[in-house]
Amino acid sequence: MHQPKGIWKVIGASSLGTLIEWYDFYIFGSLATVLAGQFFPKSNPTAALLSTLATFAAGFLVRPFGALVFGRLGDIIGRKHTFLLTLVIMGGATFAIGLVPSFESIGFAAPIIVLILRLAQGLALGGEYGGAATYVAEHAPDHKRGFYTSWIQTTATLGLFVSLGVILFTRHALDINQAKSIAKFNEWGWRIPFLVSILLVIVSVYIRLKMKESPLFQEIKDSGNVSVNPLKESFGHKTNLKMVLLALFGATMGQGVVWYTGQFYAQSFIENVCKIEFDQSRTIIIWAILFATPFFVVFGSWSDTIGRKWIMLGGMLLAIVTYQPLFKGLLSLSDVTRQIQLEDLKQIKKTTSLVPGTQDTLRSVTHQYFYAEGAVQTVTVKDTVYANTARVTLKPEIKTFTQLGSTDYWKMVGLVFIMILYVTMVYGPIAAFLVELFPTKIRYTSMSLPYHIGNGVFGGLTPFIATLLTTINTGDKLAGLQYPIIIAAICFIIGALYIQQGVHETSTQKKH
Amino acid sequence: MLLGPLAMYYLIKTAAGEIARKPMLDTWIQWGVFTMVALPIAIGMVLFGYYALQGEYDHLPEEADDQLIH
Repeated sequence: MHQPKGIWKVIGASSLGTLIEWYDFYIFGSLATVLAGQFFPKSNPTAALLSTLATFAAGFLVRPFGALVFGRLGDIIGRKHTFLLTLVIMGGATFAIGLVPSFESIGFAAPIIVLILRLAQGLALGGEYGGAATYVAEHAPDHKRGFYTSWIQTTATLGLFVSLGVILFTRHALDINQAKSIAKFNEWGWRIPFLVSILLVIVSVYIRLKMKESPLFQEIKDSGNVSVNPLKESFGHKTNLKMVLLALFGATMGQGVVWYTGQFYAQSFIENVCKIEFDQSRTIIIWAILFATPFFVVFGSWSDTIGRKWIMLGGMLLAIVTYQPLFKGLLSLSDVTRQIQLEDLKQIKKTTSLVPGTQDTLRSVTHQYFYAEGAVQTVTVKDTVYANTARVTLKPEIKTFTQLGSTDYWKMVGLVFIMILYVTMVYGPIAAFLVELFPTKIRYTSMSLPYHIGNGVFGGLTPFIATLLTTINTGDKLAGLQYPIIIAAICFIIGALYIQQGVHETSTQKKH
Repeated sequence: MLLGPLAMYYLIKTAAGEIARKPMLDTWIQWGVFTMVALPIAIGMVLFGYYALQGEYDHLPEEADDQLIH
């Protein structure tokens, strides 16, 4: 098989940097609860407000804005320098987050600094993907574009995988006593995943510095055909604008919700609805990602042979039809009432401690139930016993989590694997699909915006809208799925009707 | 063309309900951001529908200045 010279160096340089950027972006989200405790204490309304801004503005406003800013830059000065810049900004912001003193130490300066750094992360991420995908695509031969660009497509999921792994490892490695290790992690150990990323960034920057500019961009630069105003050319003229809209409503919108549902929403559902224990809820996702990741390349490669459209739309259709039964399966596996309880092994542990500064006692009763299939359910009830006997705790705090037995654990991995398989179907070919829609001189700008709106906005809205739907339909634990199913269905219909299978074939035919 | 305005109507209605339920600055910011982001997307959806009705997607895309040809 003839390989373009240096293509694997190109893929390596692009993929490593993109993976690191995704890792940097994800560790913030994964550690949101810990960061909230450090920088955005709920007791302080202003700090909590800044937390809201950090959460919403970074993902929804700043990513698409970054796509426009860096997309434009990439089409004017070139791909190489632009996606070097995004890597430096992301790496610098991430490292800096790891250094910011807590709210307790420096007051309001802490959440403000973290907010600014989080916005910088969103901006950088908005500019990274378009550059990396375009850079690889412009080196790849057209009959292998899906295959070569699919390596870039593995980076988002692998970035999530690495972030989960680093967090889990750090959480357990700080002390031989696990409880102490977790406490240390929550206090200062959370900084480690942020700080270590700078080493990877330095390596990646060094590698990217040595790469040459994309040959197609160099060609138009040498011939004086660089776009003077990529934003106007991309979005100001119907010829290109209609393709941007088709890319968004016929592809990235559905791809974004499938992406988020199969990974982030699945993890959140397992932890918060199925009440699976913290570590298991992460390792289930980690295993599923590990098994499914090769399929990005499989489907990217297949799309070179059979076309991109029906692989992507097939993934959406499978998600639409099977999300309900798959998530029902997750619920069923975590339902200990269908298992035989081993009454003899039941454990009850009671602890009491004085509430500082009072005569009241904090009482904690932990019940552990063991089941024949290997599951262990832990129910902890905390309430306050008041010195004044006239007072009673109205609503004790009850926390429940379940540790699955081995068989059910791997069944759950299997269900999540299927969901991530759909992710690989919708995402594997999409880089090649997007680059093929747009001409070189405005490619970075044109493909970045629909990608980040589809993923950052439609996909990023999944947890919020899912939560909202479950609040409205309190009796239905699967109500949150209505959002991704409806969005993917709309996208499927639009894509099926309006995306021409022949886009890829056109560029191939033109060559000959 | 109908989905765009319909989505905006539903979004604004939900936003108003949520803000009325929890009238805090947090809620204003959250739904303000959603509405700000959703508006251009809804306009884009109307435009997409208009182009579709005009038959702009009935044929393969016009040739770009160049293609990814090696």
